[in-house]
Amino acid sequence: MGTRGARSARRQVRQRIDPVRSLLIATAALCAAGSLVWTFLTGFAEPRIALAFGILIALGELARIALPGQREVSPIASASALGYTFLLTVGADPVAQGAAQVIAVTAVGLALGELPHVAVGRIPRWGDLARRLLVIGLVALAFRPLASVLGSPEPHWWLALTAMASIVMLSWLADSVIAAVLRAERLRTRFPVAFRDEVRAQFPISVATGASGILIALASSVMGLAALLVFTAPLIVTQVAFRRFAEIRLTYLQTVRALSRVTEVGGYVETGHSRRVSRLAHAVGCELGMRESELLELEYAALMHDIGQLSLRDPIPSGATVLAPPREQRRIAELGSAVIRETGVLDNVAEIVRRQCEPSAGEGETGPPPLASRIIKVANAFDDLVGESTDRDRIEAVLQRLRMDTDREYDPDVVAAVARVLDRPRSRW
Amino acid sequence: MRALPVAARLYVGLIGLAAALVLTLGSYDGIDPVTLVLLVVLFIVAESITTVVDNGNTGISPSAAIALAAVVLTGPVGAAVVGFGSCLAVRRQTLVKRLFNGAQLGLTGFVTGWVFLMLGGKQGVPGPEDFPWIVIPFSGALLVHTFVNIALVAGLMWCLGVVRWQRPRRVRWRPLATLELSSVGYSVLGLCVAAIWGAVGAFAVPLVLLPLFIARWAFDQYISEQRAHDSTLATLCQAVETKDYYTRGHCMRVSKASAMIAQELGMHAERVQTIRYAGMLHDVGKLGVPTKVLQKSGKLTEEEYAAIQLHPMRGYEIVREIGFLDEALAGIMHHHERMDGRGYPMGLAGEEIPEFARIISVADAFDCMTSTRSYRKARSTEEAFAELRRCAGPQFDPVMVDALISAVSRDGWEAPDIVELPDGDMAEVSQQDHDDPSVPLRVAGEGE
Repeated sequence: MGTRGARSARRQVRQRIDPVRSLLIATAALCAAGSLVWTFLTGFAEPRIALAFGILIALGELARIALPGQREVSPIASASALGYTFLLTVGADPVAQGAAQVIAVTAVGLALGELPHVAVGRIPRWGDLARRLLVIGLVALAFRPLASVLGSPEPHWWLALTAMASIVMLSWLADSVIAAVLRAERLRTRFPVAFRDEVRAQFPISVATGASGILIALASSVMGLAALLVFTAPLIVTQVAFRRFAEIRLTYLQTVRALSRVTEVGGYVETGHSRRVSRLAHAVGCELGMRESELLELEYAALMHDIGQLSLRDPIPSGATVLAPPREQRRIAELGSAVIRETGVLDNVAEIVRRQCEPSAGEGETGPPPLASRIIKVANAFDDLVGESTDRDRIEAVLQRLRMDTDREYDPDVVAAVARVLDRPRSRW
Repeated sequence: MRALPVAARLYVGLIGLAAALVLTLGSYDGIDPVTLVLLVVLFIVAESITTVVDNGNTGISPSAAIALAAVVLTGPVGAAVVGFGSCLAVRRQTLVKRLFNGAQLGLTGFVTGWVFLMLGGKQGVPGPEDFPWIVIPFSGALLVHTFVNIALVAGLMWCLGVVRWQRPRRVRWRPLATLELSSVGYSVLGLCVAAIWGAVGAFAVPLVLLPLFIARWAFDQYISEQRAHDSTLATLCQAVETKDYYTRGHCMRVSKASAMIAQELGMHAERVQTIRYAGMLHDVGKLGVPTKVLQKSGKLTEEEYAAIQLHPMRGYEIVREIGFLDEALAGIMHHHERMDGRGYPMGLAGEEIPEFARIISVADAFDCMTSTRSYRKARSTEEAFAELRRCAGPQFDPVMVDALISAVSRDGWEAPDIVELPDGDMAEVSQQDHDDPSVPLRVAGEGE
């Protein structure tokens, strides 16, 4: 028994290793090691400047933040690494660090900045860390060969600016591609969807970092290394703003999650029902390629889908709405939707909740309900019938029952997606 | 603007005359005309953007950066021209206002540029040899820019009789300081703009301001998300209360009263916000108490009383996963403790009871007494005060009671409307209230 448990645990761990992510991390590690060795062999150009940038990169990495959607970024580290890459002159003296040295300095800076985090047990998201290094590596490989042409004898500023701006744009796209690969693999969603999400999510922070990197490089030629400090200041403001936004987003989700439990405490639904429905709905939403913003609405709606029961005089038996008469179901949905609409900010969520019990083709002339409503309908029915049980036979029987109803009640695509999601080990939802 | 006081007319005329003198008599030697034109255009654009974006005191002033850059790049007269250019900004303003604004900014620019040169600054694009010592004249210029600007505007306000000289204590310094600080921050960037002007020209301005605009955008997102969160929280809390017609709005009012006490005690704004949340959520666990117990009219059995006593813990269990609440959690869990240690759920006494809990407990009782219940009419605030004073000591913390009384006496209190019960049996009402200190719950077999 013990060995079997251990083996299955080990298998789970092994299954949780994403191949693409591992490959990315290995590439980044290889890149870092290679450039370090190369730099040691060929010699180090301008160690004082490298030290200044390395320190700023380390400090920036120390202050890394997590944006909504589990995106780890460190704008200050990225901006100073970009600045170091784009550097043409400091004061009046030209600089001559190669791409390998840029990667080496960035890698060492990132590693030093991560050390304190690791020491207190805040393990970084290795995939994101590798992404940060790889993007800088790509930018360095693209720009450093140009640097000697652009920088001597006198810097051609306009040409350089154009090159920097276009490389920053390209790096934003490259960054989004890598992030999307990681996201698609983690959430089991489609790559184009993940790419669009990432492009959108990375845009503001990429612009801020890119502009700051260019500024640091340009201003260093006039102000010397003081430019590093001066142009980090606006970036700190930006970072604070993003951090606050990420915090309130998290708080919002926590609040809705917590308050979705009042129906359980009130004895209206079984313990953990809302949470399980939202988890399953989220996984199905990923499987069906929903966008990030839609996923968030789906999650809110799934958490609050039973909130209408609060207005009932007496709880319905065991809270399973799937067993309640259709009229009652409709009323619960309407009442819940009215509550949510009251907030004034969750109109889409209210609409999803309102139409959660309609048949998959819709009723009347309104057309089919939104995909999110259809997903919640299936997830809710599934959880009402299965509950906390993890018994394969029971799950299969319930799935069969749902499939029988796909001609009218349930959306066949959604039921198929539920089956696919349930086929995976639980940790992979 | 029709009836401008004589003093204000004189003042505006004087400023306008001074600006005109500077612009006409000043020497334009050594000013690069292209740079000057670009700066004027940028300044006009920045001023227009500020007007479009600004909806109150957002503290966004990109034009300050350009004004200071103009001081460095084009000297006093150039800065005056750039400042005067703001007359042309796109905004709804009468001609007089426009002229005054332009003249005022022009004059400020001139004085600032003059101070910059006096302190040893050099007109024109700074080179590597100027750093870092250029910082000294620039800082001087920055201070002068801020103060001359404030002084000129304050002068007009004084002439108009809008503001009078107040004792410093009465002025609300905080928002003013924030606004000025952010403006100073933008001004500092003026030096950065000037520094890279030599390399990329006018493109320096958008490049420098880009990160700040993104920061601004992120802050706006944060604010709107915060609003969304607060309104969702309030709505869900009210949804929990819909069961009982009489207690509707209770959580909002407790939240408000708790915040009033906290403010009266001089708490930091962040803690006041947290207690607002705590007040909102304090009775969330009541849903775990069976409705028939809440609405029972007679004496409660030991078991029923135990069920009621459980509700703070239930509430705590529901909200403990909300990360930001921290201190609020203790407030929710202990809001029915008594100072003499006879409360529930833990029987804490005196200072052992968390501060938030002591606040919420007073606010809770106060709102309960000033609202109508099925078994009695609402009381006046004075009667409620008397009752609170009577219970201060054994039940309530006298400090909190005093704070509530002085806050309510000063700012007033909006008691809930008289509840009109709807017809039919849909109306669910409770026959006693666990929050009511004047009518304690009657439990069977308890010291009669």
